[in-house]
Amino acid sequence: MSTVATAQTKWWGGGKSPFNVEYGKVMMWYFLMSDTFTFAGFLLAYGSVRFSANSWPDANEVYNSFPFAPEGTHAPLIFVSIMTFILILSSVTMVLAVQAGHHNNKKAVVRNLILTILGGIAFLSCQAWEWTHLYHEGAWWGRNPFLNVDGTPGAVNFTNFFFTITGFHGFHVFTGVLINIIMLIMTLNNTFEKRGHYLMIEKAGLYWHFVDLVWVFVFTCFYLI
Amino acid sequence: MSNEAVLHANIGEAHDVHSNHQTHHHETFITKYVFSQDHKMISKQFLITGMVWAIIGGLFSVLFRLQLGFPDTSFPWLEDILGKWWAEGGHITPQGYYALVTIHGTVLVFFVLTAGLSGTFANFLIPLQVGARDMASPFMNMLSYWFFFIAGIIMLASIFVETGPFSGGWTAYPPLSALGDTSPGSKIGMDLWLISLALFVVSSLLGGLNYIATILNMRTKGMSMTRMPLTVWAMLFTAILGVLSFPVLFSGFILLIFDRNFGTSFYLSDIFIASTNTALPNEGGSAILYQHLFWFLGHPEVYIIMLPAMGMVSEIISVNTRKPIFGYIAMVGSLFAIATLSFLVWAHHMFVTGLNPFLGSIFALLTLLIAIPSSIKVFNWLTTLWRGSIRFSPGMLFALGFVSMFISGGLTGIWMGNATIDIHIHDTYFIIAHFHLVMGVASIFGMFAGVYHWFPKMYGRYMNTTAAYIHFWITLIGAYLIFWPMHYTGLAGMPRRYYDYSIWESFKQFAELNKSISIVVIITFLTQFLFIINFFHSIWRGRKVTSTNPWKSNTLEWTTPINPGHGNWPGEIPEVYRGPYDYGKDGIDFIPQTTPIGAEESGHH
Repeated sequence: MSTVATAQTKWWGGGKSPFNVEYGKVMMWYFLMSDTFTFAGFLLAYGSVRFSANSWPDANEVYNSFPFAPEGTHAPLIFVSIMTFILILSSVTMVLAVQAGHHNNKKAVVRNLILTILGGIAFLSCQAWEWTHLYHEGAWWGRNPFLNVDGTPGAVNFTNFFFTITGFHGFHVFTGVLINIIMLIMTLNNTFEKRGHYLMIEKAGLYWHFVDLVWVFVFTCFYLI
Repeated sequence: MSNEAVLHANIGEAHDVHSNHQTHHHETFITKYVFSQDHKMISKQFLITGMVWAIIGGLFSVLFRLQLGFPDTSFPWLEDILGKWWAEGGHITPQGYYALVTIHGTVLVFFVLTAGLSGTFANFLIPLQVGARDMASPFMNMLSYWFFFIAGIIMLASIFVETGPFSGGWTAYPPLSALGDTSPGSKIGMDLWLISLALFVVSSLLGGLNYIATILNMRTKGMSMTRMPLTVWAMLFTAILGVLSFPVLFSGFILLIFDRNFGTSFYLSDIFIASTNTALPNEGGSAILYQHLFWFLGHPEVYIIMLPAMGMVSEIISVNTRKPIFGYIAMVGSLFAIATLSFLVWAHHMFVTGLNPFLGSIFALLTLLIAIPSSIKVFNWLTTLWRGSIRFSPGMLFALGFVSMFISGGLTGIWMGNATIDIHIHDTYFIIAHFHLVMGVASIFGMFAGVYHWFPKMYGRYMNTTAAYIHFWITLIGAYLIFWPMHYTGLAGMPRRYYDYSIWESFKQFAELNKSISIVVIITFLTQFLFIINFFHSIWRGRKVTSTNPWKSNTLEWTTPINPGHGNWPGEIPEVYRGPYDYGKDGIDFIPQTTPIGAEESGHH
């Protein structure tokens, strides 16, 4: 791929990519835009239902436990903050993997990919624990044991949206982990070394960062607001 | 990265697209016709699958028109063919009627006019007209077709389940669509409907990403964006609309699936079901929410259907008037304006939902703004025709038919875009008349125009012109005879989706009118078989094309061999030196895009 450009280069004149990227990356960016709209649809639906409700449970009261905590612990949003931190860390290691790919440093790519995969698995495990915990407290699709702020019975769409949207995000993390595992196998098989570039890692990275970014919005909408 | 390099990395050495001997790699029946990765073959797969669906969807309309036109007549053979569920005692049953109208709408909107139209022509024309050997990712392109195919199989299966296919209208509004107890069609038929359309969204996404990446990245040397034929511009905007609007429908569907199966209340609140005499516990949801999510796709969707037809019509009109298209940049700009506005008008489908009138006025304003780019397009088509040396080829006739339908149906859009008028005509036959003319018939005409015009490139043969002329005139007259009277019945207040109008004092007067519409529907439907027979007959028996450029056209697809192989051009991909519409320039009939600018040539870009 030629990356040498002069001021005279006619980027849109045909015969070359106007953004100087191969088609896969163009597709990935458009896919991410498309997926943005999917999540936007979900979050706007959540917002519209929530703001038409008379009252809503308080996130600080709902998400206030963490694993192995003694009964009666009040630790609002501590556990989810750890989850979020793990996911952000996994984005850092993904950046490092992409960076190592630029330098054709296979060893560093492998190391950082493994760390990213572990981060993803850790996040999914945390989510699994949180879901299980909430389930045992009586929350599930169609069931909400948590009272609204004003003391009325909990709005059932609180849990409906929570499980649907965090579940949809979790599914994205899951596929991201799968993609990264495939990338790891391809790296170990020297597929990219033979190709001479690690562009695939970059595209997987785009997806991973996107999933991370979406979490920031999901996190904000469900835990903070 | 160059076109060659992209393709090389993709198809791999085995295909060796650079070779002049394209026959040397063996293709089995399976790789050539079934799991083909050649964009031309995939486009034919889309076209023929679309034709099958068009026959099914059209046949359904004939069946429910039998009920509307002849509510008191019994057709015993209907029960013989369709069985008791659909046509007990020779009458279409109410459940059968609603299933027919629902599947008619779903199938024609999604399978015929989305997949059949842009799947066919985006696939066929984009690589050929921008000068690429294939799509950016031929593999994803193949997947796109097969997802569409499986979606179709599931929809077809839903027609045969015991409780019948979904029957709550193609828009699938909850709570009717969310609760199995409300109607037989809302049981398993609705689950299959949702699965089918979810797969369809995947198909559309895979296709759309490919079209965008191909247009942006794989144009041949010299093919700048402003030298692209308008077809390609239209396909680009169509693909962007699809990629950005279908996902919202997808999220809407997921919430609906949860409401149906997992006890959630996203769209449900305060519901009592009479058939089972139960009050439902669901609370807090909003049925209107679904409408917002649905129409956020639903409105761009009508432009996903329109734009490819507009692009092809522009191209066909220019070629067949031997004149440059009037206002190329204005055409591109109006496509862009329509695509942008299409995201901002969805609530004009919801004026009577209790929408805040102030919000309604904003949506009315944005809706009426679409009239501007639409009129730009219409006037540009008409001015292109002005003093042209018009060749009335079948493709051209259908292109003109498209313009006629687009004007007739578009003008009524200005009526119902106004919230105040819409309150009167909402859910009446006026709406049916409007959208069938402007979106349904117009786009089908665009599709026919495209098939007749590019058939020589697709199969290396011509279609029979006489049959095409008969097909055109009967279809044009038939379409007007069917939909024009519906404006009047609609204004008189005749609501859509009713099973039998003869029992209503107010609508009894339309009995003869309904009967005549139904007769025209049958004639027009049967005439389409003339096209089908012509199409398949011409594939094998049509007059052979002897010149690579039978229409004397400027665009790149006509620089390929008469029957191009995989890779499209046997040698190098030609370079492009000019725009696609240099017709009649400096007294020369046509100058292909591959001709370098001459020293003496008048102003060029």
